[in-house]
Amino acid sequence: MIAGTSAAGLALLVGGLLAVLLAATGIGRMLQARYSPDGSNAVVENLNDRIRSWWIMVVLMGTALIGGHAGVTLLFAFCSFAALREVITLQDIRRSDHWALLAAFFVALPAQYVLIYTEWYGLYSILIPVYAFLLIPIIAVLRGDTEGFLMRVAGVQWALMICVYCISHVPALLSLDIPGYEGRNVMLIAFLILVVQTSDVAQYVWGKLLGRTRISPDVSPSKTLEGLIGGALSAILIGVALSWITPFTPWQAGLLSFVIVMLGFLGGLVMSAIKRDRGVKDWGHLIAGHGGMTDRMDSVIFAAPIFFHLVRYGWSLT
Amino acid sequence: MTRILPEIAATALVIFSRFITAARAIWLGCAPENRRRVYFANHTSNGDFVLVWAVLPHRLRQKTRPVAASDYWLKSRLRAFIGQQVFRAVLINRIPAERTEDPVTQMAQALDAGDSLILFPEGRRNTGEDLLLPFKSGLYHLARMRPEVDLVPVWIENLNRVLPKGEVIPIPLICTVTFGAALHLAGGETKDAFLGRAAAALRALAATTERPRA
Repeated sequence: MIAGTSAAGLALLVGGLLAVLLAATGIGRMLQARYSPDGSNAVVENLNDRIRSWWIMVVLMGTALIGGHAGVTLLFAFCSFAALREVITLQDIRRSDHWALLAAFFVALPAQYVLIYTEWYGLYSILIPVYAFLLIPIIAVLRGDTEGFLMRVAGVQWALMICVYCISHVPALLSLDIPGYEGRNVMLIAFLILVVQTSDVAQYVWGKLLGRTRISPDVSPSKTLEGLIGGALSAILIGVALSWITPFTPWQAGLLSFVIVMLGFLGGLVMSAIKRDRGVKDWGHLIAGHGGMTDRMDSVIFAAPIFFHLVRYGWSLT
Repeated sequence: MTRILPEIAATALVIFSRFITAARAIWLGCAPENRRRVYFANHTSNGDFVLVWAVLPHRLRQKTRPVAASDYWLKSRLRAFIGQQVFRAVLINRIPAERTEDPVTQMAQALDAGDSLILFPEGRRNTGEDLLLPFKSGLYHLARMRPEVDLVPVWIENLNRVLPKGEVIPIPLICTVTFGAALHLAGGETKDAFLGRAAAALRALAATTERPRA
């Protein structure tokens, strides 16, 4: 599971995270006492909701990391399930899609995570892009309902790619075989998640403080150039500072962080476009202050598979 | 001792329905208070009252009984156990000629015992394109017999897609259960006027729920 050196690093990391969360909680309380004693300031209340949810997410993440390979795989399988539930809910599905959706939820999703757990790279890389891609429209067509057929099968396939295939590349990081880094792969996950989430939080904070120039007012009015630059720089700094937990040099960690941040940002934009088209503000209500699972994961979704492949080709023997 | 098995089964059903639907209550017109109420809801799926039941706070759930058809719930021993022991359903006979008890009186007795009810005034599952089927008169007669009880409209969104009629395994989709403002029978209100007002209250709730554009 987790080797000794990694356990010490993990303890340091968890300690640092707890310190950040404690500080955030303290600041949140102070802001509340000052600006929103009666709960009337929506921004402050939302900030405190977010911080409370962060506590739960960090505790869940920590528990999964302690649980090792199985714990992490199960946690992300659940994230996939919750995200898929949200994305499918927003689609125009018909009664005749029932079997196709059963196959997506109860065959494709568990199969993908079993393959991730057993580290069968050759099959988990193509299970959804090839097998689900071909079999789900076949299941759908057997019900004989042609109305909106292309939109329906495309929607299910897209949801599977986003919610299952992409998210499953986070626990897939555990299967990489990097010389001199044995037993510490779990730190790659910590690196990815911390860089992505720092970028999200810092974009939010910098955007609230300095945001002026909207990047894409039609898609996501809250995303600003100032927020993006501030968030990206903060996240790259964190990435460089975390290079000691990774197999990367500080320069490599910084460049990978840049890739992660940009994919996360653009992924968030893509997901916003879909929400806008569907006429909703959030994907769901699972996580107080953040919206749904998909709202919290959207940046991870786009960054995870690319990060996985860069590390696999650049550092891994497998 | 005899309540342990039904309690476990009830908890399992609530957890399962939450897992599938991430069900969320939206208290729009009233609060989750401990009052005697008749929750009347749209009916599209066999899971409907489990969902209403699952989103109620635990304390209210223990005092809320669904009104259900005896011909369905007494068909097998498992169904009878779930219907009578787990949900404590008020079982009514849908066929007037076979009745030994008046359904409205049965419901009034349950209310008198301090329980609340979940009622589907359409009388059967709606599988068509219309939002609601015409209401049966039971809701009106109950409102006349117990005018002080709150009649709360409840709109269940999406469950018809989770478990369409004829399917056995539910697909996971997010459902919401929206509670509106309580209705009471107005003085001199006719049956048709009252049932029309109750149906309009449900339609108004349906219009408030978030839905993807068709």
